[in-house]
Amino acid sequence: MSGSAPDTGPNGRRAFVNARLVDPAQGLDGPGGLIVEDGTIVACGADVTADSAGSGTEIRDCAGAIVMPGLIDMRVFTGEPGAEHRETLASASEAAAAGGVTTLIVMPNTNPVIDDVALVDFILRRARDTAIVRIAPMAALTKGTGGAEMTEIGMLREAGAVAVTDGIVPVTNARLLRRVLAYAHDFGMLVVQHVEEPELARGGVMNEGEVATRLGLSGIPIEAEVIMLERDLRLVALTGARYHASQISCRASLDLIRRAKENGLPVTCGVSVNHLALNENDIGAYRTFFKLSPPLRGEDDRAAMVEGLRDGLIDVIVSSHDPQEPDTKRLPFSEAAFGAIGLETLLPAALSLHHDGAVPLGEIVAALTTRPARILGFDMGTLAPGTPADLAVLDPQRSWRVGPDSLRSKSKNSPFEHRMLEGRVLETVVAGRTVFALGAE
Amino acid sequence: MTALDDRPDPILSRPHLLGAEGLSPVEITALLDLADKYVELNRQIHKKQSVLGGRTQINLFFEASTRTQSSFELAGKRLGADVMNMSVKGSSMSKGETLLDTAMTLNAMHPDLLVVRHSAAGAAELLAQKVGCAVINAGDGAHEHPTQALLDALTIRRRKGRLEGLTVAICGDVMHSRVARSNILLLHTMGAYVRVVAPSSLLPPAADRLGVEVHTGMESGLEGCDVVMMLRLQRERMEGGFIPSVREYYRYFGLDRDRLKLADPDALVMHPGPMNRGVEIDSAVADGVQSVIREQVEMGVAVRMAVLDALARNLPGGGNA
Repeated sequence: MSGSAPDTGPNGRRAFVNARLVDPAQGLDGPGGLIVEDGTIVACGADVTADSAGSGTEIRDCAGAIVMPGLIDMRVFTGEPGAEHRETLASASEAAAAGGVTTLIVMPNTNPVIDDVALVDFILRRARDTAIVRIAPMAALTKGTGGAEMTEIGMLREAGAVAVTDGIVPVTNARLLRRVLAYAHDFGMLVVQHVEEPELARGGVMNEGEVATRLGLSGIPIEAEVIMLERDLRLVALTGARYHASQISCRASLDLIRRAKENGLPVTCGVSVNHLALNENDIGAYRTFFKLSPPLRGEDDRAAMVEGLRDGLIDVIVSSHDPQEPDTKRLPFSEAAFGAIGLETLLPAALSLHHDGAVPLGEIVAALTTRPARILGFDMGTLAPGTPADLAVLDPQRSWRVGPDSLRSKSKNSPFEHRMLEGRVLETVVAGRTVFALGAE
Repeated sequence: MTALDDRPDPILSRPHLLGAEGLSPVEITALLDLADKYVELNRQIHKKQSVLGGRTQINLFFEASTRTQSSFELAGKRLGADVMNMSVKGSSMSKGETLLDTAMTLNAMHPDLLVVRHSAAGAAELLAQKVGCAVINAGDGAHEHPTQALLDALTIRRRKGRLEGLTVAICGDVMHSRVARSNILLLHTMGAYVRVVAPSSLLPPAADRLGVEVHTGMESGLEGCDVVMMLRLQRERMEGGFIPSVREYYRYFGLDRDRLKLADPDALVMHPGPMNRGVEIDSAVADGVQSVIREQVEMGVAVRMAVLDALARNLPGGGNA
């Protein structure tokens, strides 16, 4: 991948010992250690100890904490370029590091839209110069995300775009999407779609149903998602292109994904951690931090997302980190912007499913590391020797309260605000270099 | 009449009136009892009271509404409050940022009672979180309009002697109606049977989950009911988006004399106003013997007096604080 964190730094030989190694890619969950040299993992296993590491090695005693691959978050919005007051690549990377996220995939919905080779290059350069974790962009799939003309997919790929998507804008024109899929397929480019039929969703601000009706708010029916996904899957079958549904949110979508995978289509999908941990009732009395796209659904659909993750049908978990300021959130619900931040709470919120006994730890970690790496074609997301030393050191039991002051993101619109979360990142390592270490609290 | 100026009893267990949701039967009954007294007062030659003497009431209307605003204004003035009307019109000023800005500005003027109408559901709730006075929701989007439900209940109770056990048919654009929501909640709380009657395109999703009987035809919906409550059809919903045309709507959902015969012979005909004659209701019915539409307006002033009085009692220096 292009767009990496600075690979300067000490980069001496470091050993993380006395750890619980969790790496679904290697089927690993057990005590051991790991040695890093020149930004790369050189050894990993039960036999790596402080004694075996050799002299001249900096020893980090993890005291039983989990060492896992750094998270790869496939859906992140920042305000750079265009709305740097909400979030810059630098501030997003600080938030990411604090959450154990070592690779951010940023969406093209900025001002200007990332739909051109020069803009991809801009993101990569800004990331290299200002960010402390790896950042790579998805480029727009249509110019200006206008849904009319396809972008230069081949050249965008060469420039370092890891996929094409119109981000928050669904591509509604079936004929155009068919052509984009066919063309992208030739270049091996992944096409990512926000699955929501805009006319059915229009005017809607939350999940359609009893709660919306009681609140007097316009609803977005699940059919808006299902119809778009079903259509897209037909086009995938027609073209054979690799397709990723950015976020699904309901049981009916999960059924479609299951069928598509059974039929061998090259389809993957994601779910935001919000749709795993929260439901429409959390909106309560018009709390705009819970206004998300897709909307938080009912409890049955949330439970379906958890089942889908457990069964491996849902490939990845994303934060869908979307910084919004008070100007866009301290409004009546129908007028407020969609979106929530989530980089710092992604891992602990996902871990709640493990603590509940709903999903094995390995599935959660895979959905945050191994699988996004595989979908994006990155040789990372694992602790295997020879791969980049991007690591998260995690105390899965440590609880903490999410407060605006404890969040590093420039924006504070967290749906987990004031909640106790269990699981905290102690240290984050990118290319062998520590980019975050939890201070004394 | 009883002495209204005696040391007041507490009526509401809340600082604001944001909706009919959550109001208990005891609270509703106490409000209606107090409103009954104000009906009598309003029929006297000398109408002025001083229970809100020294209090400042601001009517903050982001949506124009002559009748509701004047009803609140009159209610406040009859109780001796200083009443100020603020109509904030125009798209830029009706945005939410300005809602909170306006709230902060008003807050600095130290009002005691703030009556607010806004096009967004939850706007009154948001204001209530930010200001230091009692907030009355005079309509927030398609959410609630609690004083309308209270005045409707008062009208029904005075005519029928009770609410419990009555069958009330709420007919028309239920989907977009805050009047319908508040009435469903309040009437349900008071033990009435509520039906909603509308074409499916004007029914809110999951309407059946609101504790009502859902009818998509007037014939079954009106059968034997004690109260027919018509809703106003907004002009922008008339042409093709939700229903095909005004004439088709009137044909199947308009209330005329023939259709009214399906209801109980003593059924009351109600409408929150302003009416679209010939769209949802025929003039012969609107002005007929069963109509209590003008009485609703009278009850509106009394109910709003009761609400202002009850909330003022919960304010600092209000006797119950």
